[in-house]
Amino acid sequence: MLSIKNLKVSIHNKKILNGLNLEVKAGEVHAIMGPNGTGKSTLASVIAGRDIFEVTEGSITYQGKNLLDIAPEIRSREGIFLGFQYPVEIPGVSITNFMKTAVNEHRKYKGLEPLTASQFLALMEEKKKLVELQTTLTNRSVNEGFSGGEKKKNEIFQMAMLEPTLAILDETDSGLDIDALRIVANGVNKLRTKNNAFIIITHYQRLLDYIIPDFVHVLFEGKIVKTGGKELALELEEKGYDWIKKELEEKASV
Amino acid sequence: MKELDNNKIIEEVTNSEYKWGFVTNVENDAAPKGLTEDTIRFISAKKGEPEFLLDFRLKAYRHWLTMKEPTWAHIHYPPIDYQEIIFYSAPKKKEENKDLNEVDPELLKTFEKLGISLEEQKMLTGVAVDAVMDSISVTTTFKETLADKGIIFCSFSEAVREHPDLIKKYLGSVVPYTDNYFAALNSAVFSDGSFCYIPKGVRCPIELSTYFRINAANTGQFERTLIIADDDSYVSYMEGCTAPMRDENQLHAAIVEIIALENAEVKYSTVQNWYPGNKEGKGGIYNFVTKRGMCKGNHSKISWTQVETGSAITWKYPSVVLKGDFSVGEFYSVAVTNNYQQADTGSKMFHLGKNTKSTIISKGISAGKSNNSYRGLVKTGRNASNSRNYSQCDSLLLGDKCGAHTFPYIEVSNKSSIVEHEATTSKISDEQLFYCKQRGIDTESAIGLIVNGYAKEVLNKLPMEFAVEAQKLLAISLEGSVG
Repeated sequence: MLSIKNLKVSIHNKKILNGLNLEVKAGEVHAIMGPNGTGKSTLASVIAGRDIFEVTEGSITYQGKNLLDIAPEIRSREGIFLGFQYPVEIPGVSITNFMKTAVNEHRKYKGLEPLTASQFLALMEEKKKLVELQTTLTNRSVNEGFSGGEKKKNEIFQMAMLEPTLAILDETDSGLDIDALRIVANGVNKLRTKNNAFIIITHYQRLLDYIIPDFVHVLFEGKIVKTGGKELALELEEKGYDWIKKELEEKASV
Repeated sequence: MKELDNNKIIEEVTNSEYKWGFVTNVENDAAPKGLTEDTIRFISAKKGEPEFLLDFRLKAYRHWLTMKEPTWAHIHYPPIDYQEIIFYSAPKKKEENKDLNEVDPELLKTFEKLGISLEEQKMLTGVAVDAVMDSISVTTTFKETLADKGIIFCSFSEAVREHPDLIKKYLGSVVPYTDNYFAALNSAVFSDGSFCYIPKGVRCPIELSTYFRINAANTGQFERTLIIADDDSYVSYMEGCTAPMRDENQLHAAIVEIIALENAEVKYSTVQNWYPGNKEGKGGIYNFVTKRGMCKGNHSKISWTQVETGSAITWKYPSVVLKGDFSVGEFYSVAVTNNYQQADTGSKMFHLGKNTKSTIISKGISAGKSNNSYRGLVKTGRNASNSRNYSQCDSLLLGDKCGAHTFPYIEVSNKSSIVEHEATTSKISDEQLFYCKQRGIDTESAIGLIVNGYAKEVLNKLPMEFAVEAQKLLAISLEGSVG
């Protein structure tokens, strides 16, 4: 589904990703871990099409297409979803209105009629339940005055509404209490099918207690330096990242 | 698709075409160019006016000659040659149209094209329309329905004939001809407009609306609206305007006067969409308008709501004189400027009575190379004890070539008044746009969404029929200013 080859990315001439490779197939859940400042969020942004980053080398192929040629809104309509680490506020625009616009843009792209108001509200009610979202939240302006937990739940709610093929969750778990974490994880688990895939960026192993990943990758200095199963996350939790750094140094000196 | 350059984006949102710029081919009955006492006598005679009105006009004209065009506003334009303007132009044939069968079908078609149906059975239920083309009122709908309740809603000319006593009593009572340069000019040459009287205790059951259309070339439009709400009455009034696209600038200098007596309420809504000129700033309407309401009776209320997207230059400050105790004045405004448009607009609230209250919510949106200024005055008199004002002026900038300015003036003459002023300036951020795009919403729709969200507080105040139109208009006038 997604194939990233030798991806090199910089911002203001500062290299962030430095030859990253990643293969994601339908039905898989990939966790990406790693110390701060190694390029995890950059990777998520580049896949979603944020233009402040410059791709200097390498390729990203999504469902056989060159993703780098596609505008961000088209990537979204093609099924790529990014759950933001810091969702932005849009004053005066209600979540209902925002999502109605988004859902209907997606439908138009697929050649479908827009949903009627009642169809849309029914869909929204169904998805709200899925992520245990407070019913009144959707009347409020997008992210305005939301608590950290509300913002993240709102991201998962939007993901549920748009039913993406590839969802990237950028530190969706940070700042969440245990209950919110469980709700977010449940939401993801309910949306998991054999046809879609998730990339979950996280600092903590605890999210992966709820969402069991197929692969755990360690991103370090702009590259994926280690890949393993879910037990790798446990090992990282226990030992930190120093042993990986050491391993890398040893390899380099050999 | 590189969109690093937000400015480029914004340049593009300003690229859509004005959709109301067509010209109707009707013969005009016009005064010769220029302005002299003879022009005024010509207009007055054309309309068969009583002596007192001609006097009023001539006094205004003589006063106007002693005045200088104001230069304090934050706007720039070449000097206007008042001798090059045609001050009276009317679609030929019938002076006054008694019913639709007598109206030139070309005119009906024009208004049909503008989305204003003048045939009552086809109309939106609940809106009565007075249609004004160039200098005269074309027709007024729903007149009889209104007459049943004792409501008078007709063209200004008709009111002069049928209700001269009301005109004599109230004309110039809120905006005297000495008020300002453009008010004096209007008082001298005004041609037509709407008149409305709501009798005691009557709630007007439908929205009243005037639709102004400038059609003829080289013509100034000088209409005059007078609304009187008697004790315990209520009316909601809407005004819409468009003009053809012409390369030369056209002058529009109108006056609106509102009088609210004891316990009466008047809501006045405007969607102003005069031709703003082309992308290079050529052509467009100069909109120099004086709008003022007088809360004459105790517990009366006047609110102005305006969505301004048009005109090359806008110069207007809808105001309320809060004379009655416990009276309330409100001003809600969204002003959009794009390309080379200039707007210097805001409100004035004069607190004279005790316990009077006013609210000003102004939302400016600037794009392209435009300039958007808020200018407001809040004045509380010595006797206006316990009066309150709250003003909020927000500016939203699209791009880095436009300007937003705020000029608030506050004069407080008593110790128990409370006056608050808040102002913010913001931009549509790259983060917001990217967030929308990531959800599948393209830049143009995203801007429409964000701008409408920003203006929501004001749009919510508009009557239903207008709110939808205003929302679309906001999106259209910024189309292309972001790519």
